[in-house]
Amino acid sequence: MTADLTSPLAGWTDRLAALAPALTVSEVPFRSQLTVRVSDPGAVAAMGSALGVVFPSVPCTFTAGEGEFGAVEVLWLGPDEFLVVAAPGLQVPIEEVLRGALGDFRGSVVDTSAQRTTLALEGPHVRDVLAHGCSVDLHPAAAPVGVCVQTLLARTGIVLLVTGEDRVMLLVRSSFAEYLAAWLSDACAEYRAVA
Amino acid sequence: MQLIPCPWCGPREEAEFHYGGQAHVAYPEDPSALTDEEWAQYVFFRDNPSGPFAERWSHSAGCRRWFNAVRDTRSHDLLAVYRAGEPMPEVAS
Amino acid sequence: MTFRTSTGGAIDRNTLLHFTFNGQKLSGHPGDTLASALLANGVHEIGSSVKLGRPRGVVAAGSEDPTSLVQIEAPFSEPMLLATTVELYDGLEARGLAGQGRLAALPDPARYDAKHEHCDVLVVGAGPAGLVAALTAARSGARVVLVDEQNQAGGALLGVEEYLDDRPSAEWVADIVAELKSTPGVLVLERTTAFGMYQDGFVLALQKRTDHLGFAAPATVARQRVWRIRTKQTVLATGAHERPVVFADNDRPGIMLASSARTFLHRYGVLPGSRAVVFTTNDSAYCAAIDLAESGVDIALIADARPEAPARLATECAARGIEVRAGQLVTGTEGTSRVTVVHVGGEKIECDTLLVSGGWNPVVSLFSQARGKLRYDAELGAFVPGEELSTVRVAGSATGELDLNACTRQGRDAGAAAAGAAGFASGGQVPLPVSDSRCTARSGLVLWRVPGDEDASFVDLQRDATVSDVLRATGAGLRSLEHIKRYTTIGTAHDQGKTSGMIAAGIVAEALGVELEDQRPTTFRPPYTSVSFAALAGRDRGELHDPVRVTAIHPWHVAHGALFENVGQWKRPWYYPQPGEDLHTAVLRECRATRESVGMMDGSTLGKIDVQGRDAGKFLDMLYTNMMSNLKVGKIRYGVMCGVDGMVIDDGTVIRVGEQRYLVTTTTGNAAKILDWMEEWLQTEWPHLDVHCASVTEHWVTIPLVGPKSRAVLGEVAPDLDVSNEAFEFMTWHDTVVAGVPARVCRISFSGELAYEINVTAWHGLAVWEALMAAGEKYGITPYGTETMHVLRAEKGYPIIGQETDATVTPQDLGMSWAVSKKKPDFIGKRSFARAENNRTDRKQLVGLLPVDPEVLLPEGSQIVETDRLPEPPVRMLGHVTSSYPSAALGRTFALALVRSGHERIGETLYVPVEDTLVPVTVTESVLYDKEGARRDG
Ligand SMILES: [Zn+2]
Repeated sequence: MTADLTSPLAGWTDRLAALAPALTVSEVPFRSQLTVRVSDPGAVAAMGSALGVVFPSVPCTFTAGEGEFGAVEVLWLGPDEFLVVAAPGLQVPIEEVLRGALGDFRGSVVDTSAQRTTLALEGPHVRDVLAHGCSVDLHPAAAPVGVCVQTLLARTGIVLLVTGEDRVMLLVRSSFAEYLAAWLSDACAEYRAVA
Repeated sequence: MQLIPCPWCGPREEAEFHYGGQAHVAYPEDPSALTDEEWAQYVFFRDNPSGPFAERWSHSAGCRRWFNAVRDTRSHDLLAVYRAGEPMPEVAS
Repeated sequence: MTFRTSTGGAIDRNTLLHFTFNGQKLSGHPGDTLASALLANGVHEIGSSVKLGRPRGVVAAGSEDPTSLVQIEAPFSEPMLLATTVELYDGLEARGLAGQGRLAALPDPARYDAKHEHCDVLVVGAGPAGLVAALTAARSGARVVLVDEQNQAGGALLGVEEYLDDRPSAEWVADIVAELKSTPGVLVLERTTAFGMYQDGFVLALQKRTDHLGFAAPATVARQRVWRIRTKQTVLATGAHERPVVFADNDRPGIMLASSARTFLHRYGVLPGSRAVVFTTNDSAYCAAIDLAESGVDIALIADARPEAPARLATECAARGIEVRAGQLVTGTEGTSRVTVVHVGGEKIECDTLLVSGGWNPVVSLFSQARGKLRYDAELGAFVPGEELSTVRVAGSATGELDLNACTRQGRDAGAAAAGAAGFASGGQVPLPVSDSRCTARSGLVLWRVPGDEDASFVDLQRDATVSDVLRATGAGLRSLEHIKRYTTIGTAHDQGKTSGMIAAGIVAEALGVELEDQRPTTFRPPYTSVSFAALAGRDRGELHDPVRVTAIHPWHVAHGALFENVGQWKRPWYYPQPGEDLHTAVLRECRATRESVGMMDGSTLGKIDVQGRDAGKFLDMLYTNMMSNLKVGKIRYGVMCGVDGMVIDDGTVIRVGEQRYLVTTTTGNAAKILDWMEEWLQTEWPHLDVHCASVTEHWVTIPLVGPKSRAVLGEVAPDLDVSNEAFEFMTWHDTVVAGVPARVCRISFSGELAYEINVTAWHGLAVWEALMAAGEKYGITPYGTETMHVLRAEKGYPIIGQETDATVTPQDLGMSWAVSKKKPDFIGKRSFARAENNRTDRKQLVGLLPVDPEVLLPEGSQIVETDRLPEPPVRMLGHVTSSYPSAALGRTFALALVRSGHERIGETLYVPVEDTLVPVTVTESVLYDKEGARRDG
């Protein structure tokens, strides 16, 4: 069935690959993504143990863990809002498990897998390139590994995850993905020339 | 580009926020019990002080939470921010 | 003849750069500015003044210069640059300007960008005070940014030949810069002008990165960059500008600020002329005179306005044969394109240069922009920083301090205090250098102008504004400097009055007989120096000007020749022209195919919001005018939303997905707004409600499949689905498999035809679209765009929010009273429906209009009047045309309109002014096609 799937940046694979060595950029498509609204600590803990990951308790951070569904990341999106991210094809069983953990507590679980796509960025210039369009301080001291901010990059909203010293993941609304790719390509131009 | 301190995310540029007008203007308990005059007060009339003013902001490009801020309308300085539902803090103007 | 010295200056004498000025081929050296190269070639006349056409030269050596405006012609045309700030490069072509430039006719091929930078301490200005401040902060471990507008650090030291700690000052500067650049967390930005200072430590700075490379500038490197600096603490070490004195005919080329002449000598190895008169009110011009004399300039005379000349400096002058006359004023000059004679004390002195010094103006623009209050310093004759700010400190001559040793001490204190306030403990004291300067530049006499011909005494040389103009303003009763600035235009040119503003204030105070202490200086506003729009736009131009949002099916639309319409940021297919078709013929074909067989469109841009929770029904009952809580699972209902004022803000469908779950759709343009609206009520008014909303707009692709053959097409691609009218009723939905993909199919119609909306995850959208096209081929399935959608819905009288509505339209005005619940005790907007204004019978109401001539297409937006002849103005307008199309189904044109008392006017003839004629139209109900709804079930 995946043969019929088209990701938002399917047409950009080569152009993104060409940004190396300034930046290694690739789309990570089709990931399972669930928007979870929950505030009861018991329900939060139950969801975490069902997925093998501790939900983030600090604003603007994300956590990662491994369990029944393999590697799972949980992104803080708001005081009672999280995005659960896992490998492709798991959104249906994960939704079921999360609903079970939520039980009768206030909250919601929504499959938003195709709402956003993910770009993986890596390279020594990654923070510099992003600083051309992102007003949040991305200095390693201010944005260490584990940070997850929702903000604006140039003229689109993003969720930015710092996954390594030189590694960042960007989640972007699918309809804005091509704009973001075009912006990244342009912002990399100078770094490509230097490299 | 002013910074607005979101009570959840910390200081962010104002471009990430939406303005929501005067704070602490509650939706009337029973609109049908109000006179036209009273209803018009709720719908159309807002304070416009020179000085501290409690107003609502939404961190629309961030955590999407609504919160309240006391802003000095003369300087735009934000004197306090507080979460929705909390009472307006005392501020020195 | 060359005016280049044989030695000295920070120029590369071994390399020649060729350039053209006003068509004349000239040469200079790396390190030159265009101004210094011109002066070295003896060229003083740069352009002419904007109003009077008088010759204009070079007054100052830097960005404060009011006169040396040029247009660069090559490599790329750029207007209104100062020759004193253009670094020379090989092949440069420039032209002097008469106060106005000319924008390039071609797009600028250069790249421009922006970058955000965060720091603990920002230091503006890399003169002695700024360097010490930056190093002090850097040694404490703070993140430091040092910006300076010159191409090398040093500030005022660049324009003098002095020793610090018994070494050339350049060595001291180089050592500090080297340490800064090697300290982690320190960013030194040369050629960077901090031009705006805003709240919360936000500073904008323009870096000219490749301007100086000319033709050799690499195309991949952004030519200019706007640094968006966010700092905790700022040290302003912005220096001071020398101020002239105004006298009759003070505007001739060859009349220059004394310190600027000194800068041209020491930094560029250029002499301002052969024989100079010096006119001063203070000590500093003596140093210029002495240095120039030692370099071979014949100093005819120093006219010192003070009653007594400074003894030590006068002795030094005497030793060099320079005559000093105290208590003397320059009262006028002569010359055509260059000063040739200077009048001093009734005597006419021949010369080719007049050097002037009227004291020093601290550069307080950024401090003032940061809302720092200014104070008038009577001894200095200038406004100086008048208070301490918690996050902004001022050091060096920007404070009014003119002694180098004191300036560097201020820099050290400010750097330490700023780092301390940002949370960094001292990292060791930076030793302060000892200067050998002869001229401590202690303040002198404050003199704004010398009495003389007021019509020829120029205050603002760029604006041609004279003492007469100032006196005319005060004579007319103006008292505020802000008003006088606007009346005379003094200080409104590219230089923003850097050399003229203070003098204007002084002349005004004298004229009004008031003290400057009591005058409010004019407000300093960004930008400090000119910034091009290209730099401000950065990379936000062309395809990056505004995000273009596309759906998952977009590549298909492009491949099949769709023309696109912008709907907000979305690109939506507008229509799909076949060879030879225009909009009109393509839309008629698309409409006909859809009404007669089957069509489909990409409806993915519709906003979609998942609403969950125990109180979801209750919540939607408050948001929509009609009842939603009694909708059965499996059913769909159309709904209207109003603001508290009762005006329609959006419409869409509500799908009941489960007992505690709904999916609501919004119009394309309002998707984000309606989600915000929902969150606003949930978070601020009804936090007790157990409801959560999530946007799923882009998770789903939505494909309306429309027309009598849509059932057959759907049946083929959804074999598990019973598509019969009985099993799949209007306004219900079913989950099934479409083209092998899990799908939610809704029976909704926005055209009056039998229709389905097929929803699949966006990843499957393209494949499902193609499967539908293939399955519909035998029926001639026709993709259609937004234009056909608009025609189909308008024929049915369905309003578009934002086209038929404009925030003054109620559901009742739209003829939708049926969608307003009478049962619900309350919903948003309900109370407003009882307001008298909303019950007037002459409200504008939605109706149809049929032009009496069925060929006439009314322009959308046309006004509607009552009579077939226009009465005398004012003409009473009854309303306006909101939508207007030719219709294949009706075989004629038609329109929708908002018309006063429209519902009562059905059957009347009204008139629409179109160009010079009044087009008669018949008012009808808004539903024009298939009024009985016979087509809904196919
Ligand atoms: Zn926030």
